[in-house]
Amino acid sequence: MKTAEEHWLYVISSKKKLIDFNFKEIWRYRDLLFLFVKRDIITLYKQTVLGPLWYLIQPLFTSLIFTLIFNNLADIPTGEGVPNFLFNLAGITSWNYFKDCLVGTSDTFKKNENIFGKVYFPRVIMPMSVVVSNLLKFGIQVLVFIGFYIYFVFFTTKAAAAQPQSSLFLIPILIFLMALLGLGFGMIISSMTTKYRDLSFLVQFGVQLLMYGSAVMYPMSYFKDKLPNYYWLIEWNPIAIIIESFRTMAFGVGELDMNKLIYTIITSCIIFLIGLVIFNKTEKSFIDTI
Amino acid sequence: MSADIILKVEDVGKQYRLGLVGTGTISHDLNRWWNRIIGKEDPYLKVGEANDRSLKGESDYVWAIKNINFEVKRGEVLGIIGKNGAGKSTLLKILSRVTGPTTGEIKTKGRIASLLEVGTGFHPEMTGRENIYLNGAILGMTKAEINDKIEEIIDFSGCLRYVDTPVKRYSSGMKVRLAFAVAAHLEPDILVVDEVLAVGDAEFQKKAIGKMQDISNSDGRTVLFVSHNMAAVENLCTRAILLENGGVKFEGPTSEVIDAYIKGQKFENEIIDSKYIKKVAILNKQKKEVSNLMMGENFTIQITASGINDVKGLHLGFFIKDAFEQKIAAFSTAMKNVEIIYDATEKNEVYSFTVTNPNLIEGSYLLDISVSYKTGGRIEYINPAISFNVLARDVYGNGVLLNSHFGKIYLDVETTLKIKS
Repeated sequence: MKTAEEHWLYVISSKKKLIDFNFKEIWRYRDLLFLFVKRDIITLYKQTVLGPLWYLIQPLFTSLIFTLIFNNLADIPTGEGVPNFLFNLAGITSWNYFKDCLVGTSDTFKKNENIFGKVYFPRVIMPMSVVVSNLLKFGIQVLVFIGFYIYFVFFTTKAAAAQPQSSLFLIPILIFLMALLGLGFGMIISSMTTKYRDLSFLVQFGVQLLMYGSAVMYPMSYFKDKLPNYYWLIEWNPIAIIIESFRTMAFGVGELDMNKLIYTIITSCIIFLIGLVIFNKTEKSFIDTI
Repeated sequence: MSADIILKVEDVGKQYRLGLVGTGTISHDLNRWWNRIIGKEDPYLKVGEANDRSLKGESDYVWAIKNINFEVKRGEVLGIIGKNGAGKSTLLKILSRVTGPTTGEIKTKGRIASLLEVGTGFHPEMTGRENIYLNGAILGMTKAEINDKIEEIIDFSGCLRYVDTPVKRYSSGMKVRLAFAVAAHLEPDILVVDEVLAVGDAEFQKKAIGKMQDISNSDGRTVLFVSHNMAAVENLCTRAILLENGGVKFEGPTSEVIDAYIKGQKFENEIIDSKYIKKVAILNKQKKEVSNLMMGENFTIQITASGINDVKGLHLGFFIKDAFEQKIAAFSTAMKNVEIIYDATEKNEVYSFTVTNPNLIEGSYLLDISVSYKTGGRIEYINPAISFNVLARDVYGNGVLLNSHFGKIYLDVETTLKIKS
């Protein structure tokens, strides 16, 4: 009898394990992940005139406005020899990726209630596909940033101090961390919103508030000078650390704080794992509570 | 042999909380969590009642299904039948892993794919071909598998001309065809099917049933089939289980289970406000009261009356009407020129009309009873006295199910045309 029991392919059980991930199964559904990405991309700008150009318009105009308001009007310095516009573009491009991952995954269960209620596939495919399709969007925006970067650094004298640093090779890690954080928080929020809808309101303005605490439009050193009493609010914000590090790598202003970077890596992994566990717990029965 | 068993359902139950999910939830959640911390059983699992929709319950918790046990052998086609709310869909949802069970375990040796509803995940902006890929992948196929079958799928759907057009331009019938075509080409070890045969026109229905038969016969695939369509269940399944109020009521060969299901139907409208007519019932061949008949099944209308005997020269008759109150057929003692014979010794006045070869097509029907004087004046007209259902059956024996699409009655036709074998 005992040997026969071991032949079961899988068991649907009422008992809950803390970590119950079937990576083999997720791998088997990898095609679905890419088909979801394809769906997101080809359907997003259907019946629009400008199409994917919208990917570029949004960060460029936001950067222009930020430059106007925060730098020209409010006189926030962006560092010696770093063009304001480029500074803002760097911050917005990286912030956008985190934000899109977070917002895109935070309503996974609610948005896909229909599909999830009918068919089983590893639910985590859904938020993962959001992160991947946002990566493509981010890629296009990074190309634009690189374009402006090359223009400013090599064809004008405005960016005297801005030189590409050797630490630029760390950028893929930063991108990975942003994806991990966005996905982690997104999974936590999407799991909680199945029962408590309040959180979806929180996301809307919470993300906006978080942007101001994430060093998007100011350097962290400036914050420290001006508001030393509140510096703790942003000092250990992993997003702020990632964005600041990105700018340090690109412009060579400020210093790369390895301790903070390691702290960010650990935090991101922990948040991602917590998200995974909560998401995994929710996916089994959310259809009864949503 | 235990080696043959591909799916084993052990003691599976699912509890739901009735009413709104609101402020009570947090306190219950906390209570539950606290009990788990101190190692006690979930306090809310003990409460909860069997699932009878029509009764007012004591508790906020109900068991949609409880203590379900059954086994399925490899290659078997198992029918699951039961009334609305018997727990069929809940069971299927658990089997297809859409939701988890509250108690118990399901063990399987094969991959389960479910067709709870065709066309899940269709995106209106994408073309038919793109949707075939997406839908196929959602249902568990890999891209390579779909590549192999894409021509076959398009061919089966019969939508070749539209396959590169966005699905939002499709008619609803075409969407269903395309969706079923994808689903029909799934190759899981265990296929769970819920009522998909109710879609499409007759030609497509036949195709779909044929495909289902192919799947189970030639490929030796295991199929769990849930349906209200007794004909399809009878056709496809080798074994069936009958669910009632969340439990397995009966399990066995398909025909026996269907019989049990039909017999189990009770009348709801027993009281008739009438001077003469006390009760009207439909009896089947076995003289059992039923409310469901199979197509073509002989039946008896039994009228229990009082006082008709006392009045001389009365006629008794009935009308059969469809659900839209359109008259379909009628009969009266006046037509055959028979009279209700006065018999003072008879205590219980029971009158029967037996209808042979009723060619009614699947659907709901109403029965009116009329009592009138021989001279013409109507004494009583009960509208309707009773309702009954006719269940679909493959009357021509070739897999076509007649439904309301084909009218209310079917014909026994002889033809000189050569019939293709």
